[in-house]
Amino acid sequence: MTGLAERVRRAAGPVLAFGWLAAFFGLPFVIVLKISLSDPATALPPYTPVLEWEAGIAGWANLLAALDFENYRTLTRDPLYLDAALTSLAVAACGTALLALVGYPIAYAMARAERRWQPLLVALMVIPFWTSFLIRVYAWIAILKGDGFLNRALQALGLIDTPLAILNTPAAVMVGVVYAYLPFMVLPLYAALERLDRGLIEAARDLGASRIGAFLTITLPLSLPGLVAGALLCFIPIVGEFIIPDLLGGADTLMLGRVLWSEFFSNRDWPLASAVAMAMLLIVALPVALFREAEARRLEREP
Amino acid sequence: MHPLARIALGLGLAFLYGPILLLVAYSFNDSRLVTVWGGFSTRWYAALLSDSALVAATIVTLKVALASAALATVLGTLAAFALDRRRLPGRPLLSGLVYAPMVMPEVITGLSLLLLFVGLGIDRGLVTIVIAHATFTLSFVAVVVQARLRSLDRSLLEAASDLGAPPERVFLTVTLPLIAPAVVAGFLLAFTLSMDDLVIASFVAGPGATTLPMRLYSQVRLGVTPEINAISTLLIAAVGLGVLAASLVASRRGRAAGSPS
Repeated sequence: MTGLAERVRRAAGPVLAFGWLAAFFGLPFVIVLKISLSDPATALPPYTPVLEWEAGIAGWANLLAALDFENYRTLTRDPLYLDAALTSLAVAACGTALLALVGYPIAYAMARAERRWQPLLVALMVIPFWTSFLIRVYAWIAILKGDGFLNRALQALGLIDTPLAILNTPAAVMVGVVYAYLPFMVLPLYAALERLDRGLIEAARDLGASRIGAFLTITLPLSLPGLVAGALLCFIPIVGEFIIPDLLGGADTLMLGRVLWSEFFSNRDWPLASAVAMAMLLIVALPVALFREAEARRLEREP
Repeated sequence: MHPLARIALGLGLAFLYGPILLLVAYSFNDSRLVTVWGGFSTRWYAALLSDSALVAATIVTLKVALASAALATVLGTLAAFALDRRRLPGRPLLSGLVYAPMVMPEVITGLSLLLLFVGLGIDRGLVTIVIAHATFTLSFVAVVVQARLRSLDRSLLEAASDLGAPPERVFLTVTLPLIAPAVVAGFLLAFTLSMDDLVIASFVAGPGATTLPMRLYSQVRLGVTPEINAISTLLIAAVGLGVLAASLVASRRGRAAGSPS
């Protein structure tokens, strides 16, 4: 059974799957790094020196000789990029915090609902995730714009006289972020809260803990893995978010994803776009590593 | 349930579904003014059918979603089996390779794949979108299938091989039927994610192929129109029907197996 043929057969699956990921997910990053060190050019493809696989070691040596980190210097010199990086981080951090505040009560209520209703509630949380992201963000334009549903409702109620300018502001981006990522926060939190042994809370209460005391010393710490997973699941993609700032944000809500997009599609500066990608990768590297850890541990823990 | 919990749930669900319901309702609005109700009409739906570019983009999207989901299901299932092994050399690196595409910002995945295709001299089009989509969706399949593999009753597999079934037969007659629901769920997830993707497709599509989200995006940027509301409603209806069908199948399967799930 442990002949050569058997071993080849057993190795074929993993080699195929991981080989695919290495070729189409791992290798591309090496190329992004390489092109982020090139100079832009009016050519096809629009960068120089182009990647020459035939040149082999000598090609990489030439590359090293011409290395000047020009694109990275542009990133640090032009305040636009630093602003975009800080905005991305701020939106991701505030958005994640807001998501935790909004998501926790919902997840808690789901976990405390009657058993027979819980599958339905989970399904109701998951369905928006299956619906087009673009359409869900787009739906908010009609609500938030000057003559949109929100302003009309507020005016009809007599709460405001002149329409509020919400669309194309950071506030609109925040609303979009919380709306689009809510299931990503609620579902891991629910999974953690649902597993929680109610007996522990009853024991704490019997021993004289207040409701809030029991929550702070039992429920919150035990739901922490879910909170961490949810926060990472939201924070990382929000840093690179493009659709939400593009559709709901204003000209001043520049985020890295949007800068990368316009460097690539409008300015056709592929090397600079690659440098922006590397900078973004640097920002999300640690959270991604933490996410992998959390994910591996979750699979260990679950039966 | 505590009244406060009830309120939290109600507000949460209203927040999640309110905007979608508004969009659906106003797709039947006769008026071109998208936030003023002008009577019931289905004229925007009729207008969609004569939009040939839209129909073409829908066909491209369906082709890409089918092909990439099939590919992702095979590769993702293989990755799940590999990660499920007790002994796997280089596990931290390999599991990172599987989990990272799920959270990686789409602009990075899109740009890096495009640069790979250009570097290799591969013409951009349907094939490159399929490869790109299979790459980022296979991770989701792997996670869904891996969770199922973990909960698998190993004694069934051991019993089959003790009774003399060769490994291929154990896989086909015992393992595969047991993990089939997860594999199907993974396929549907990959299909939906592919249908939904705008950012990665925009990078790797090239001038030849336009997917439905790309087409929608170019119109959405110009503002809210009743036509976009109508397409969106159709897409939402398709998802709704899919979810309904899936839950009916799941509940019948659950009853047949005598378990409540």
